[in-house]
Amino acid sequence: MGLDIRWPIGLMFSLIGVLLVIEGARLGPSAKALNINIDLIWGVVLVIFGGLMLFGAIRGNKKP
Amino acid sequence: MQPIHLAWIDYTVLLTYVAFVIGIGWTLARYMKSSADFLTSARSIPTWVTGLAFISANLGALELVGMAASGAKYGIATSHFYWVGAIPAMVFLAVFMMPFYYGSKARSVPEYLQMRFDERVMTLNAIAFAVMTLFASGISMNALAKLLNLLLGWDYNFALIICSGVVLVYVLKGGLTSAIYTEVLQFFMIVLGFAPVVYLGLKDAGGWHAITQSLQTVAADPSALQLKPPGEVYQPNAWTGAWKPLLGGADSNPMGVDWFAMVFGLGFVLSFGYWCTNFLVVQRAMAAKNMTAARNTPIVAAIPKMFFPILVILPGMIAIALAVTPGKNYRLPPPPIDSDRFAAAAQILANAPGKDMDATYAQVSAAIGMKMDRAKVEAIVKSETVSSLASVISQDEEAKSAVQSSKAAFHQARRGGKASSSEIAEAKNKASDAEKALAAADKKFEDTSGDLNSQLRDAVLVNDYDGVIFSLVKRYCPPGLLGLALTGLLASFMSGMAGNVTAFNTVWTYNLYQSARRRFVDVPRPAALDYKGGKGENVVLTPHEPADVHFLWMGKFITVVGILLSIACAYFAKQYNNAMDIIQLVFGFVNAPLFATFLLGMFWKRTTATGAFYGLFGGIAGSAVFHALTIAEGNTPGLKGGYIHVVQEFPSEMAQNFWLASFAFTACFVLTFVISIMTKRTKSDEQLKGLVYSLTPKIVDRDVPVWQRPAVVGIALLIICVILNIIFW
Repeated sequence: MGLDIRWPIGLMFSLIGVLLVIEGARLGPSAKALNINIDLIWGVVLVIFGGLMLFGAIRGNKKP
Repeated sequence: MQPIHLAWIDYTVLLTYVAFVIGIGWTLARYMKSSADFLTSARSIPTWVTGLAFISANLGALELVGMAASGAKYGIATSHFYWVGAIPAMVFLAVFMMPFYYGSKARSVPEYLQMRFDERVMTLNAIAFAVMTLFASGISMNALAKLLNLLLGWDYNFALIICSGVVLVYVLKGGLTSAIYTEVLQFFMIVLGFAPVVYLGLKDAGGWHAITQSLQTVAADPSALQLKPPGEVYQPNAWTGAWKPLLGGADSNPMGVDWFAMVFGLGFVLSFGYWCTNFLVVQRAMAAKNMTAARNTPIVAAIPKMFFPILVILPGMIAIALAVTPGKNYRLPPPPIDSDRFAAAAQILANAPGKDMDATYAQVSAAIGMKMDRAKVEAIVKSETVSSLASVISQDEEAKSAVQSSKAAFHQARRGGKASSSEIAEAKNKASDAEKALAAADKKFEDTSGDLNSQLRDAVLVNDYDGVIFSLVKRYCPPGLLGLALTGLLASFMSGMAGNVTAFNTVWTYNLYQSARRRFVDVPRPAALDYKGGKGENVVLTPHEPADVHFLWMGKFITVVGILLSIACAYFAKQYNNAMDIIQLVFGFVNAPLFATFLLGMFWKRTTATGAFYGLFGGIAGSAVFHALTIAEGNTPGLKGGYIHVVQEFPSEMAQNFWLASFAFTACFVLTFVISIMTKRTKSDEQLKGLVYSLTPKIVDRDVPVWQRPAVVGIALLIICVILNIIFW
């Protein structure tokens, strides 16, 4: 209805993903997270997810 | 638990989410031109969106918190709420019921009842639903405000009002579409926010195999976690088997349920009652853009639903496993201590050093009101925190009185008029010094009492299962991920409120308000061509009613009222603990009989309106009576049942709920059947076309690719469900 929902989903998760990547790069692996740099890894996953959504939104729906 | 300290990034994630949901509402506002746009999305939403919204509307406070709690309490058997208690019903809804809901062009579930039966049945359902949905909304928001208070230290009232305010803004602006879109956003937030926590938990606990070992240890000695009195045990696979513990009978599994109650009570009655008739979820399917999309909506929703146990139930099991594994430094979270009780306990402890330990232990336990670990209480009494407690308290009080007297001296000096300016300045300095000293003493007091609170909570031997998911988030999440997980939790609660309010405002506006207007207020006039009513309307043709814009206004107005009433319900819900059991009980009262009505209405053309009405009424009344005559082991008669007389005792509340549902369904079914046979039909076959199975042409999915046919995918999902049940037998 007027707004393709993939736009806000894509934008929001890309944004949050970038924030997590920055934080992960800044802090390094966390002792809490069993010494895994979970922020960095998961941040990248979110950016990819957001990107996929945005890609879908830009292409739009083929069917009428 | 000390309040979690959030870093800037966590707040940023939270604010980003809030900005986006409000932005979505704002963007959609310009498309809200009619009441249909605002209340029903005017049938415009694509399948994947309605499908995810369908499952997401269900994924509120209940699921995340409650399922983790149940996963801790009952283990993998909790999955029955999904594999037995949801998937079959969702498939049934898609294949057999959506054609009637969507094809009849009813704008809501009660409206279908109006078309099929009459206004009485519709009104009974509409009122019952409206009340239930507001309570569900309140329970969501109460849980949210408690969470924010416990985890972040926010004031309960502040948190409740602010979060309700955010929901109000985006629902008021963008209507149902806004709620649906934000539900999809929230779905991804939850999955992406919690997947890392589950992964870390699994890794920490040593993997699935190690978890099952730990759980078997617990089953052999449940008293270690205060689950049963010492000496009693559960079957070894009580947490790790879904069916075997049930087959062992009600006493050998933590749920206290036998297989029949599970399959019939939950699997059939409660499950179908919820998924097939609850307008909260059905509304999302009704917003789909065409019939195929509508029928596929529950199917699309069923796919993630089937795999959710990994995300929501597993954390509970991980928590139990961690709690019994030495070296992990984890215990199941204790409930928070009420501030009055804490003050009383602190007072006792301040005077404790040197006194008799037994007496102190008894006094502290009584003050706290929960069972406490004696060794730990002894350690607290001997600790530095307590030895300094008395002096910290008295220092704080001295500082307070010093401030008072120095301030009084200062004011005196100023007003007296006799003091010199240097004397006044000196008095002022003394006052401000005293204030600084007070601030320092206050801080010391806060730190000390914070420490004491943590120590006391650690000594409590009661488990707060609702706190399990939070404790895991707190344990594993660094800043960043913490913000994401917390925002996911927040999102799920808020969308619980949004979903309930959008269902409420539709039912009110169309089925209570508009119907009442048409019957009592708007003067009917004969034969006109401009009224496009639904099928089988009982109201006389063409009411002279206001233009649609009035109903759009009413929809918005009642949205505000709905939010306010939800807040009132939240305060009410604050009184009760495990939301899960209460919700199941309420749903049982109202939903179990309801499904009997729909079943007979949709599949038997002989069902009459009178039969449906009295059958439904009888079913609901029957539930109340059943509840008044039965009780669960360990509960005292009163709010939990048995307040007239205890005729039957059940091993657990859950068992009582499932049997209540079975009873209510049967009562309604029999009553409806018998009364229908005894009364005349009020609608002809022609009027019932499109509303009853035998009178409606079957939908044949010839032009749709195989993988989009609801029946085909539905069967595939059921097969996967059976396989999952076998794997976790």
